[in-house]
Amino acid sequence: MSVPFKNLDSVPAPALDVDLSALGELRGSSVRRRVVVNTLRVLFLVILIGGWELGARAKIIDPFFWGQPSGIWAQIVTWVTEGTAQGPLWKQIAATLQEAVYGFLIGVVLGVIFGVVLGTNRFLADILGPFIKAANSIPRVVLGSVFVIGMGFGIESKVALAVVLVFFIVFFNAFQGVREVDRDIIANARILGASRRQLTTSVILPAALTWIIASLHTSFSFALVGAVVGEYLGALEGMGLMIQTAQANFNNNGVFAALVILAVLALTAEALITWLENRLIRWRPNMTTEGTL
Amino acid sequence: MASSLSPGTSASQAIELRQVTKQFRTPTGGVYTALRDLSLSIRPGEFCAVVGPTGSGKSTTLSLISGLDHPTRGEALVMGQPVEGISPHVGFVFQTDAVFPWRSVLGNVEAGPLYRGTHRREAERKARDWITRVGLAGFEDRYPHQLSGGMRKRVSLAQTLINEPQILLMDEPFSALDVQTRVLMGNELLNLWSTTSASVVFVTHDLEEAIALADRVVVLTAGPATVKGIYTIDLPRPRNVSEIRFNPRFVELYHEIWEDLRSEVMISYERSLQESR
Repeated sequence: MSVPFKNLDSVPAPALDVDLSALGELRGSSVRRRVVVNTLRVLFLVILIGGWELGARAKIIDPFFWGQPSGIWAQIVTWVTEGTAQGPLWKQIAATLQEAVYGFLIGVVLGVIFGVVLGTNRFLADILGPFIKAANSIPRVVLGSVFVIGMGFGIESKVALAVVLVFFIVFFNAFQGVREVDRDIIANARILGASRRQLTTSVILPAALTWIIASLHTSFSFALVGAVVGEYLGALEGMGLMIQTAQANFNNNGVFAALVILAVLALTAEALITWLENRLIRWRPNMTTEGTL
Repeated sequence: MASSLSPGTSASQAIELRQVTKQFRTPTGGVYTALRDLSLSIRPGEFCAVVGPTGSGKSTTLSLISGLDHPTRGEALVMGQPVEGISPHVGFVFQTDAVFPWRSVLGNVEAGPLYRGTHRREAERKARDWITRVGLAGFEDRYPHQLSGGMRKRVSLAQTLINEPQILLMDEPFSALDVQTRVLMGNELLNLWSTTSASVVFVTHDLEEAIALADRVVVLTAGPATVKGIYTIDLPRPRNVSEIRFNPRFVELYHEIWEDLRSEVMISYERSLQESR
């Protein structure tokens, strides 16, 4: 059989024959820009923390009520070297992380399942819609008290709170993602021979994945919130308990120190999710990194 | 003019629409009639172009043949059988880029056979063959966003033709392409089609494209659509889409069909003006 398609469209591949000197110049200017941006970032941090520290030392800011960076640092050092009031620091971090990760995973799985099922089943979505909206509108952190009373001071109540917080974020994103799948792409898959199941796994899920993964960024911080608030309300270990203890002792540096540790955890998780995102959605057009946070 | 309708001989027809009417409910609660008593039959191996003013129900006609939608009244038959659901004999090329953006060229082309239960290795072999046939060899691992519009159209052609459809439905497939690429794709479509025995229904609003490609051109009325006229295009094959329009017979046919189409286009235009007022 002959090859009917001989002449390709004029662009055989994304342009590769770039003027090298121009490229070098561009790269030089982008390196310079990056150096300036990073220098200014460090400067911003120095002014912020330095100002706080100086203000506290000059008694403009009362360190008893508002803490003091050197005191926060000293508190972290003490926790690392001597442990916290309720045991070694790493155990507290591990407890909180475990609750957050369990809550995150369960919440994500449930959210995706419910999102896809309701997104593809209009009838079911119509029935359950008002209930989900009502459930979403209540301040769910309050459920923490319910879970602590019902499930006790152990890990279950914290995981449950994290699940509830994560579920709705992921659910709404998955639901929307499924609804937004291009109708022609669905019709195309059906005509190509996709069964209902194949349609869900090979078309709807991958299409909704952009939305789902976008929701993971916010939802891990919410899992942490769930774990910490759950511990705060009643626990035997964890970062939330450390915060509660520090608050009870009017140790504001302790509260801030715990916050710093939680921020590091959240940022690490965020970096992991970004890495996962770039691996899973490789088919997406490359977005320029300039101007993103 | 509209005399080549010959219902009753269903077995010998690849596609038959018998007095089909299609109505939709509008968001405001009214009823919109897209097709009214439309009858049309297409022979096996025939290339049929359907032209009509915008919004004349051309796409609706295709969705009834493909089984994506059902007629409100009347009957749609494919290969002598009433259309119930999506027939495995049908292929559909969409106006938009309906390829899967998260799959490579190879993944897109082999999707059909894989959905239909072909063994993975066999599906891949067939897909590589089709990728070569549409001129995309070497691009197997690219993702759709890395390709030009014309190349993405080749992907959808390969993706559809790999299933060896006996009915090929095309909904303004090249309308989003620039003029040169469109002519090129027209030629390549004719080449591919000549190696198959598929019946083609090619919907377009471009009369020139319709005459250059088809054996017959069907003119639809402004909505609700029904068949206004059917014209046999007696131009010799193989044709060169970019040159055939200089053929005197082409010009003659164009004039003749345009006379018919113009009044419908005017009606449709007047209506759109009134609606926007």
